[in-house]
Amino acid sequence: MSSFTQKHKKVERNVTLLAVLSLVAVVIGGIVEIAPLFWIDNTVEEVEGVRPYTPLELAGRNIYVREGCYTCHSQMIRPFRDEVERYGHYSLAAESMYDHPFQWGSKRTGPDLARVGGRYSDEWQVQHLIDPRSVVPESIMPPYAFLAERDLDAGDMSAHLTALSRVGVPYSDEAIAKANEDLATQADATASSTDLLARYPKAQVRDYDGNPDRLTEMDALVAYLQMLGTLVDFEAGEAQEQPR
Amino acid sequence: MNTLVWKAGGWLVLAALAFMAMALAADGGFAVHMGIIMAACLIGLWVTVSKADYGAIARGIINTPVDQGVYDDDPIRWSVIATLFWGMAGFAAGLYIALQLAFPALNLGSEYTTFGRLRPLHTSAVIFAFGGNALIATSFYVVQRTCRARLAFPGLARFVFWGYQLFIVLAATGYLLGITAGKEYAEPEWYVDIWLTIVWVSYAAVFIGTIAKRSEPHIYVANWFFLAFILTVAMLHLVNGLAMPVSLLGAKSYSAFSGVQDALTQWWYGHNAVGFFLTAGFLGMMYYFVPKQAERPVYSYRLSIIHFWSLIFLYIWAGPHHLHYTALPDWAQTLGMVFSIVLWMPSWGGMINGLMTLNGAWEKIRTDPIIRMMVIALAFYGMSTFEGPMMSIKAVNSLSHYTDWTIGHVHSGALGWNGMITFACLYYLVPRLWGRQRLYSLRMVNWHFWLATFGIVLYAAAMWVAGIMQGLMWREYGADGYLVNSFTEVVTAMFPMYLIRALGGLMYLAGAIIMVYNVWMTIAGKQRDEKSMTETPHNVDADKPIVAQPAE
Repeated sequence: MSSFTQKHKKVERNVTLLAVLSLVAVVIGGIVEIAPLFWIDNTVEEVEGVRPYTPLELAGRNIYVREGCYTCHSQMIRPFRDEVERYGHYSLAAESMYDHPFQWGSKRTGPDLARVGGRYSDEWQVQHLIDPRSVVPESIMPPYAFLAERDLDAGDMSAHLTALSRVGVPYSDEAIAKANEDLATQADATASSTDLLARYPKAQVRDYDGNPDRLTEMDALVAYLQMLGTLVDFEAGEAQEQPR
Repeated sequence: MNTLVWKAGGWLVLAALAFMAMALAADGGFAVHMGIIMAACLIGLWVTVSKADYGAIARGIINTPVDQGVYDDDPIRWSVIATLFWGMAGFAAGLYIALQLAFPALNLGSEYTTFGRLRPLHTSAVIFAFGGNALIATSFYVVQRTCRARLAFPGLARFVFWGYQLFIVLAATGYLLGITAGKEYAEPEWYVDIWLTIVWVSYAAVFIGTIAKRSEPHIYVANWFFLAFILTVAMLHLVNGLAMPVSLLGAKSYSAFSGVQDALTQWWYGHNAVGFFLTAGFLGMMYYFVPKQAERPVYSYRLSIIHFWSLIFLYIWAGPHHLHYTALPDWAQTLGMVFSIVLWMPSWGGMINGLMTLNGAWEKIRTDPIIRMMVIALAFYGMSTFEGPMMSIKAVNSLSHYTDWTIGHVHSGALGWNGMITFACLYYLVPRLWGRQRLYSLRMVNWHFWLATFGIVLYAAAMWVAGIMQGLMWREYGADGYLVNSFTEVVTAMFPMYLIRALGGLMYLAGAIIMVYNVWMTIAGKQRDEKSMTETPHNVDADKPIVAQPAE
């Protein structure tokens, strides 16, 4: 027996040593790869326009997560010519900086949704969610008609915003206090939206599901879909020269 | 009597607490879950009261002494049955969602039967319920035999089994109710995560405790892999599960991390769920059951050492290959790719160590269908651990990412490696655990083998074609400089492939149904009258722990 296997005998006769050495072996990779992402500044470069979700968008996003939309739809456009042409500007890290959890996805059974906001009308989105094949005959998406029939029961949105602010989303005290009010305001075309827009620039205020009498889950989900990828204005970006 | 009162009272208090949480719940899903927990506590109460040996209590005997001369196999028998049960559920769910992709009408218009909710049910059922129970069964079996000692903390071992089943039920019902953390393979919500942590720490205590009281001086190589699997999964689960609940009486929580950081934490977890749950743990099975069934020692002791340390060190780095060309910083992507490619070597080292164990017993592939299953499992392990590094190369990944190629890759690993090695171990275990001379039918094992193998071939081939076709169609440009295909044209092109994939899944499920029947009849003590194939003999006298004997 060589000295290498002789030395190893020490490890395989001592369960504490074996456990500690195994743990050391598996900890290194994670520390080197993940930990720096939290302190290297340019991991997420700040981009103008990115803001936390409004309460209604957040409620819609929670429905998106609940229904497992990420199992078929990605929200991460890669920097390839065909993807940019098909879906829009490639995704920036900052655009998902307030996403708890991230919803980049890993499979495109359906198309990418990172910039689906504003691509289709509200009516199209509602109709498509109620019966996908009525607007896209080739679609294999499940129908989500129940969203239009169910009142939005999002829970206490102030509690949701508080939880998010505890993990680092910069909601102001005012935004947290007014969360439930903001939720209703955004889906009501007749309400005064000045305060809401001051807190959440570019928020789209209107009735989404075609039924102004009720605030449904459909309102929330469509509000979320219609804002996806709309916060950053890529037209306004100026060409930057790299000084050599 | 006192202990019985305390136990029954404990169950009652827990049930009452669950009832209160149910009444105060912030959302319907959480209330349902608390109801399930209350029901579990009441079942525990009923079992405690009805199964108590009142005669023994009256005579003042507190604990009936157990026979120290046999291994503690009860939790193993339960886990074997649970493996079969959850396996059937997971395979059937997989077949159903595969058919949904071909025939969307199968979503049935109900929120509980959409692909989005059933898909996590399928993945969790096969990975954590089927695979997890197989790992509990085999690790408890192997650690006792290779340490020549009974399980440490027998009560805790039983808690591990039942606690794990409760975790599975909570997770599965949660997905159907729409309770999900929204992170792949880590979908259970915060309170289910906490419960799993308690169960997992108990699992580690039983496993390590048994090793600590071993009669053999050396810890056998299979136990190294089981140990690394248990410790690493604990670490991954704890970090990736960090979340902020909205209310302590509600299901919803928000991940502690966001965007880029959340993505890498998730795929560090996700890839090592593959690397440690589905690889290291199952390699532990391989290192015990392949030599036993082949009646040959492990091919190379030295290779085992290199295999173990290089595999666990390298696997943990490979996560970023799930995030190529995303907003994850380039340096992390490249690091992930390099380590993924290096990982090819220890993976094949392990495969070689397993296959070469058959040295001198190659004729068994012809005569022993269980060995044949082990060999095909190792062959699929080798194939998918070559395919994985290849797909982690950024240029290849730019085509394969987001397509069905990934699905095919996962399934050649899961159906081929994890499924086949589990089936082989179950066929080895069942006659031994239930004290039967042999399986009901070896010829049925043979049928299972061929059905499963052809099923996987159809599945993998269909997904390769589908994935590569998808990738090429999405990026196809015409001479006019425009994209050639709309997204829906690509969806339509997938139909025949989805159909072939479902057929492959059906064959795999059919093989598993044959296994359930075979195991059922074996446990019932029946033997099918059939022309014999060969079988590895079981030495009952040697299958015992060493008990300290008083000096004569």
